[in-house]
Amino acid sequence: MSKQVVEKLKANFGPLVLGDAEYRGETTVTVERSEIVKICTFLRDDCGYNFLSDLCGVDYLGRTPRFEVVYNMYNLTDKTRLRVKVLVEEQASSVDTVSGVWSTANWHERECWDLMGISFNNHPDLRRILMPADWEGFPLRKDYPLQGPDREPYQGRLS
Amino acid sequence: MGIEQPKTLGNGFVTTSLDKLVNWSRAKSLWPMTFGLACCAIEMMAAGAARFDLDRMGILFRASPRQSDVIIIAGTVTKKMLPVIMTVYEQMPEPKYVIAMGACASSGGVFDTYSVVQGIDEVLPVDVYIPGCPPRPEGLLYGLMKLQEKIMNERNSFGAAIGVGEVVNEA
Repeated sequence: MSKQVVEKLKANFGPLVLGDAEYRGETTVTVERSEIVKICTFLRDDCGYNFLSDLCGVDYLGRTPRFEVVYNMYNLTDKTRLRVKVLVEEQASSVDTVSGVWSTANWHERECWDLMGISFNNHPDLRRILMPADWEGFPLRKDYPLQGPDREPYQGRLS
Repeated sequence: MGIEQPKTLGNGFVTTSLDKLVNWSRAKSLWPMTFGLACCAIEMMAAGAARFDLDRMGILFRASPRQSDVIIIAGTVTKKMLPVIMTVYEQMPEPKYVIAMGACASSGGVFDTYSVVQGIDEVLPVDVYIPGCPPRPEGLLYGLMKLQEKIMNERNSFGAAIGVGEVVNEA
């Protein structure tokens, strides 16, 4: 089932599909960042992925491009899942919002912005959702100190 | 409480100091503002329920800071929750006391991270720290009894209430 979706995507978008992988029955497709809204709309309307179960950011510190945004979709009719990834550079780390495709993406993207610092273009209400409104920095980034920027990092037990 | 009963006053009299009377009335009707933030709140509820029964000690949980004497910080205080706690504390009438229940409220506990306040004593004057993760209801009971002891040892509590001097705490 998911194989067909990948073929369908490749047939419709060709070079915009950067790669696909199958691991333990899970299908992952990496696509071009600039066309994510188009691809998501296609997946929702023509492939039946009518539910976005999760949207999250991943920080691969030391790799270029540094970030990934992962879209986990679910087809409620035939109960299949699909994972779509886009690569995001550290500079100009922004992706077009898919909150117009699935409304639930609104809060997921706010969370991603709040903790990872990946901004979403054309988002209707991009502000912090978990951290206090006046928070500085993005705490889920791998280079963010665990104890916070204003404290000495934990050095291990003293005794 | 009474020292001795003078014969001339009859049987219906007790002599004491005003401080002791005020302290006694405060210590025996501690109304806690519940501030359940994590698993400690479950133990706090258990302490309030039938088995441990805080009511028998005159400790009745209030859901309003305006009617409370002591705030029990029961759980992990995040930096986002801190302004709420401070508002609630400021809404409580004097005299007011603070109990830090459990490791998180006392020191941040295992949550040595950017988002957690490393002990509520960074912002509120804590009277009693209760160790444990979470403390059993007996622990909370003991902490409340320690607070009652502390209140009983206060001096000039009546004077402070009518605006004469400050409360003197004798350790």
